[in-house]
Amino acid sequence: MSNGKNLLSGDESVLEKTITGIEGLDEITGGGLPRGRPSLICGAAGCGKTIFAMEFIVHGAEMGEPGVFVSFEETAEDIKKNFISMNPNLNDLIDQNKISMDYIRIERSEIEETGEYDLEGLFIRLGYAIDSIGAKRVVLDTVEALFSGFSAEALLRAELRRLFHWLKSKGVTAVITGESGEKTLTRYGLEEYVADCVILLNNPVVNKITTRNLRIVKYRGSSHGTNEYPFLIGENGITLLPITSVGLNHSAPDIHVSTGIERLDTMLNGNGYYVGSSILVTGSAGTGKSSIAAQFANSTCKKGCKCLYLAFEESPKQIIRNMNSIGIDLRHWVDKGLLKFHATRPTLYGLEIHLVTIYKLINELNPDIVIFDPISNLISVGSPDEVKSMLTRLIDFLKSKQITALSTSLSAMGNIETSVGISSLMDTWINLEAVETNGERNRTIDIIKARGMSHSNQLREFQLTDNGIKIVDIYLGSEGMLTGSARVSQIALEKAQKLEREHEIERKQREIEHKRELMDAQIAEIKSKFETEEKELERIIKQEKLKEKILKKDRIEMAQMRTADKED
Amino acid sequence: MNLDKEECPEFWELRLYVAGQTPKSIEAFSNLKKICETHLEGKYRIEVIDLMENPELAKGDQILAIPTLVRKLPEPVKKIIGTLANEEKVLVGLDIRPACE
Repeated sequence: MSNGKNLLSGDESVLEKTITGIEGLDEITGGGLPRGRPSLICGAAGCGKTIFAMEFIVHGAEMGEPGVFVSFEETAEDIKKNFISMNPNLNDLIDQNKISMDYIRIERSEIEETGEYDLEGLFIRLGYAIDSIGAKRVVLDTVEALFSGFSAEALLRAELRRLFHWLKSKGVTAVITGESGEKTLTRYGLEEYVADCVILLNNPVVNKITTRNLRIVKYRGSSHGTNEYPFLIGENGITLLPITSVGLNHSAPDIHVSTGIERLDTMLNGNGYYVGSSILVTGSAGTGKSSIAAQFANSTCKKGCKCLYLAFEESPKQIIRNMNSIGIDLRHWVDKGLLKFHATRPTLYGLEIHLVTIYKLINELNPDIVIFDPISNLISVGSPDEVKSMLTRLIDFLKSKQITALSTSLSAMGNIETSVGISSLMDTWINLEAVETNGERNRTIDIIKARGMSHSNQLREFQLTDNGIKIVDIYLGSEGMLTGSARVSQIALEKAQKLEREHEIERKQREIEHKRELMDAQIAEIKSKFETEEKELERIIKQEKLKEKILKKDRIEMAQMRTADKED
Repeated sequence: MNLDKEECPEFWELRLYVAGQTPKSIEAFSNLKKICETHLEGKYRIEVIDLMENPELAKGDQILAIPTLVRKLPEPVKKIIGTLANEEKVLVGLDIRPACE
């Protein structure tokens, strides 16, 4: 009774209301049924009218408003048996005079009519029951049985009108049930007499799936939710889901939660998903969607946070086993109570009931994250439009509770648009694909969108290893995009080419060195040759000089001998 | 059918449920009295229960309509509602056969 109340209340001061205690109903009626007036609950057989009425009485008794339950169809004992499972305190409440049960048996065959009569006996009986426990609530289930018991219809109608006036004058809040008629709300037109509040229950069967709906047909003097609200009859009675009243005013905190995969965090701005955002993981069969979901669940539980895992395809045991194979131990978290699996076949019941069940589970567990695996399976339950509308409400609801939701969705090979067409509702969209090259299939991961984040726009290769998910860069180069062994071989090839190039450079360098050495040697040789020649030449020069000296000396000696004139 | 051979009941125990001294109650009582005097003289007893005074008694005989005549004896229990204006219907309802007269 929290959200939605603001939307619909506001005139409580005008019309006093009585809280029914039925989960969800008090929200859409803005506080319950009109106090001190009769309300009509109509619907076909098996719609839940009696349960509705009984809950109204039991919750009233628990809240200190005694109630009288008058049944025209079942004995008090039978009704007790039917409802004891829903409320184990029922017998105590009866013993404490907080609930009075009365069975009014009408057997046409036992009654002969002759002359005028009225139903004063019923009034007296009711009045006595009300006064004896000081009842504030009255249920008549179903007063239409009177029509089968008495033949004077005109008289009955007058008496019914009187009855409803009388109930009003007694100041009790009454719930009157009525069977649906063909053209009218009830078979005998009880809605004519009950003008204040009329609630219609139905359970249409669409595609072999039944959905229980509740609609407030009229509620005089009060605003109310006008939609058909789905409801569930569970072990605790009726749960109504006024989820259509969830608006678009949820807050958006700037907190992140890790994806559980380091490289994926990096791809998403380094921090992971936003808390309270919705994440869609699409991919064709076998691309590892569930693994991403499980990894997220695992990392959430590691932090001590709670996770609700809604499985629509595999049994919890199967998921646990499969995730074990990639090194994710989920059983551990289930045992600790941090992880709760809820596995149902989508076709088990209608969309609305799925929604109510999920809503209930979430309210009970209060998880930090919810995983839908796979959300696309829900499409088998309704038309795409219905599924989309249901998921919109679900996502709105989760956002209003700040729960991060990760949904996986199966997409057709090569077609990234999801079959449900819900991608626009999602904040973050991760796409997994299987790329087939060179006779092998490799997985790639990329982020199609991530609202409010500067995410990586590059494809990565996604591997499922014994130690969990591993994301590696794919090969991007002159050969195009390569993954798997092609990537590995390409990398090896490049490595070899690089080595080759390095060798080449080395060789060239050696050559230079060699040439330089050669040059040096040649220089040295020329130099030594020159030196040798130089020495020879110098020696010759010396000899020549000596020769000349000797010659000169000889000439002088000869001159002396001839006693020639001295030359200088 | 051995109804004719059946012994006529010895005694008729009748209960008339009313709610206060309404014209209908008074009419019902006087009609009943007349029928009984005519057909069951000396073999009947009429108990008038005013539910205004004893509302808790309405539950026992499953009384809804007022006035209601209940034939407690002979068994089975039979009920006739209304002012008992039609004598023939009352006789049929109470299963008073001419043989008993």
